[in-house]
Amino acid sequence: MPKVVVDVMPKPEILDPQGKAVLGALPRLGFSGVTDVRQGKRFELELTGEVTDDVLEQVRQMAETLLSNPVIENFEVSVEPTA
Amino acid sequence: MRVGVVTFPGSLDDVDAQRAVRVGGHEAVALWHGDHDLRGVDAVVLPGGFSYGDYLRCGAISRFAPVMSEVVDAAGRGMPVLGICNGFQILCESHLLPGALIRNDHRKFVCRDQRLRVENNQTPWTSSYAERAEVTIVLKNGEGGFVADEETLDRIEGEGQVVARYLDDNPNGSLRDIAGITNDRGNVVGLMPHPEHAVEALTGAGTDGLGFFTSLAAHTFA
Repeated sequence: MPKVVVDVMPKPEILDPQGKAVLGALPRLGFSGVTDVRQGKRFELELTGEVTDDVLEQVRQMAETLLSNPVIENFEVSVEPTA
Repeated sequence: MRVGVVTFPGSLDDVDAQRAVRVGGHEAVALWHGDHDLRGVDAVVLPGGFSYGDYLRCGAISRFAPVMSEVVDAAGRGMPVLGICNGFQILCESHLLPGALIRNDHRKFVCRDQRLRVENNQTPWTSSYAERAEVTIVLKNGEGGFVADEETLDRIEGEGQVVARYLDDNPNGSLRDIAGITNDRGNVVGLMPHPEHAVEALTGAGTDGLGFFTSLAAHTFA
């Protein structure tokens, strides 16, 4: 079953309070050397049939209309190699 | 006037909003998220809460509820629409209002009596207020930080689309202390504080929120 992945990230200029919370927690747990954390979302879409350009275009439309909010987020679409 | 209040799965403040509509002198009409029907109302309130569990993003699923396509069409024809808190988030996700609302910058849920200044008293929801009126209205949100790009912020400031601004402390990191905005046409208003909880002296800090519900009549019949 082919899988298409949509990664959604807050735009660089948008504050990411969740990422900041994770960044703050890391040193308290003894992890050092991390200077920034941004938290996003990953969607794994299982598809029927072949992943054609049309299908990828459809996935991009899904990402634009529902999976992301283009006002505050960017997204990337990638195809997961089948095992 | 007949004022519809939409109930989504996870709405919390729909009954309070209905009550505020009645206290404001109107007939409250319950609307259901799953219906393609506004039941002939003259205005619509999208209430606060956690519609669809705030899954994905606040308001992101509600935007596609059947009733919302009717609300978007009606708003396009000039019907007054007020979104409070989660309702504001839904209006932004629906692109009826510019910008978006993100998690509070301090990451905590905030619940308090909030001082505000009404910056635009020309909308159908704010015409009862004096120019630059300062009011206290309860605020309760976890994701109330209003954000938009600089160009959009400059535009809405320039066009008088900022409806209310936080005074004293900014409670959630909203850019330029913005608490509420309106669209180009001025009929759609989104507001993070909860005027429907500030309409009776018995409960809450006072009755400063009542103006949002009495404005409708003043505006329409002026």
